[in-house]
Amino acid sequence: MKKKFKLVDLDCANCAAKMETAIKKLSGVNDANVSFMTQKLTIDADDERFDEIMQEVIKVCKKVEPDCQIIIK
Amino acid sequence: MNKKQKYMILRIVSSAILYAAIIILEKAFILKFMDIWWICLLLYIVPYLVIGYDIIFKAVRNIFNGQVFDENFLMCVATFGAFGIGEYSEAVAVMLFYQVGELFQSYAVNKSRQSITELMDICPEYANIEIDGSLKQVDPDDVNVGDIITVKPGERIPLDGKIIKGTSMIDTSALTGESVPRKAEEGSEVISGCVNGSGTICVEVTKEFDDSTVSKILELVENASSKKAKVENFITKFARYYTPIVVIAAVILAILPPLILGSGWASWIKRACIFLVISCPCALVISVPLSFFGGIGAASKNGILIKGSNYLEALSNMKTVVFDKTGTITKGEFKVQKLIPSGLTENELLELAAYAEGYSDHPISKSIKEAYGKNIDLTKVDKAQEISGHGIKVKVNGKEVYAGNEKLMVKQEIPFESCQETGTVVYLSVEGKYVGCILISDAIKEGTSEALKSLKGLGITKTIMLTGDRKHVGESVASELKIDEVYTELLPSEKVSKVEELLKSSDKNNKLAFVGDGINDAPVLMRSDIGIAMGSMGSDAAIEAADVVLMDDDIRKIPLIVRISVKTMRIVKENIVFALGVKLLVLLLGALGAANMWEAVFADVGVSVIAIINATRTLKIKEK
Repeated sequence: MKKKFKLVDLDCANCAAKMETAIKKLSGVNDANVSFMTQKLTIDADDERFDEIMQEVIKVCKKVEPDCQIIIK
Repeated sequence: MNKKQKYMILRIVSSAILYAAIIILEKAFILKFMDIWWICLLLYIVPYLVIGYDIIFKAVRNIFNGQVFDENFLMCVATFGAFGIGEYSEAVAVMLFYQVGELFQSYAVNKSRQSITELMDICPEYANIEIDGSLKQVDPDDVNVGDIITVKPGERIPLDGKIIKGTSMIDTSALTGESVPRKAEEGSEVISGCVNGSGTICVEVTKEFDDSTVSKILELVENASSKKAKVENFITKFARYYTPIVVIAAVILAILPPLILGSGWASWIKRACIFLVISCPCALVISVPLSFFGGIGAASKNGILIKGSNYLEALSNMKTVVFDKTGTITKGEFKVQKLIPSGLTENELLELAAYAEGYSDHPISKSIKEAYGKNIDLTKVDKAQEISGHGIKVKVNGKEVYAGNEKLMVKQEIPFESCQETGTVVYLSVEGKYVGCILISDAIKEGTSEALKSLKGLGITKTIMLTGDRKHVGESVASELKIDEVYTELLPSEKVSKVEELLKSSDKNNKLAFVGDGINDAPVLMRSDIGIAMGSMGSDAAIEAADVVLMDDDIRKIPLIVRISVKTMRIVKENIVFALGVKLLVLLLGALGAANMWEAVFADVGVSVIAIINATRTLKIKEK
């Protein structure tokens, strides 16, 4: 399943790249893209565990860039 | 400027005032106790903490999170180092200017990101729908196919549909870059994302929001940043190694020389601190994607959608352009091109032909009637009889008229002058006497010739045309437009193999683009290095298959997109060379002891800001 999330206060391009690498390393994540330009996170992950994976994504992002928030609708 | 940035300014200003005051005190020797080192240190620590407390905080926090080489940490080490060797005022200055640079950088990035995203701001926020007799604003997502929506003057059309009431002028510039509004009336199709001009219109929705043009375009543009150019990938990789290497170099610089030379720890630590300040690759990491984003933004402002920065990169290396004929170079519709009367006036000939073809529905007949433009009194036409494969025999005003091809004239033994021009020729005779002929052909699109000419001027070495049309038609179009090579009478599958052949025979670095309308040629669009599709005439399949979409089908946009790509690539290269050049130079000078902290700060944030400003120039590429 592919989903898009808005990112708030992502203000460093290098951090966006670091977040992307960190998210891609998570198990169950097929592909991820953190766009600094559009301030969006696109994530392609396993259907069954999607919510669980998202929690992990939030956790790793917090580690890389604690100021940046992922908005989950 | 947001709240965070305003707060930062306050901190910068107060820290700067404190800093200046301390320097004056020190230099003026007003206070004797400034000579005692720890008092001096304490005084300088105040402005340092005002400006840098968050950096220290972040550095500590990130170390606990396993992020060692981040820029906060490096700045801390560099400034602590400066304090350690007694360069108090420099330590504060470095932190101060680092923050000024960061502020400037975040401001510049936000500003340019905003101006780019504004270009793409075509998303409608609501749709007006009539519920219980009154208009209500609803989310476009909630509107179903078949619903009637009302679009008031000045509003954005939220969903694709057909006008069922009202007339208006529609501004399509957000999608096509075309500034002249289009007239729309009852029965016209309207596309979401366009702005309604003068009149209120009622639109019957034909597509759900997710399938509507505007959603498709937004999705394309948003996904564009995930298809990265080679340069971008190189920079990301480079950034991963650059920081650790510079940091290790700094450590070596701080420890080895003093151990070997046996003296002067302070001077070497200072040099190492300079290294640490320059160790962030931010200038590159920000400015390169920003340049590409700007290039894609500039293109979309002109009605050209590019699906990724890799295609922008490829476009700048484009050497061969292959065109499809019908619908791309020509309009795909038949038009009367020329009237060659013999004994009649041009108008009489056209009138006669229009009456002769009065009953016929053939595309050729239609084009003649269209050219005539007046009503045809069918009572004057009698005994129309089709002669299959030849033409027709008909009585107009009681006179026997033959209208058809050469074979018809030969068959009826009517002497005539054969017309050698390309296209379909209709010969006419009245009472056995030849009266002239009409040349009908598919018209070449306006501006095609100049587009091809400017492509040649932009370094395209070869233009090729592929067509399923007959040989002489294709060749004459090619020679009129001075197209280098032409391949005719091709089936759709043969077009694919032809393009594959061309791809094989050309150099890998010389990219090949295929331009088509997507009808029958979606596989070719996919196969070529860069597939360029006509967006408004082309099908959804074409937009899907293509890498670049021309929203208004204007072939003149191709030279423009080449110019945008070339300029974007030049700016990207400028930024890489400039940023790396300055950094390496200052690293070198720093190692030799010829650079100070100030220059290091410039090489870090100063270079970033300049590179960002340079990157925003990509936005300003316009049509000549």
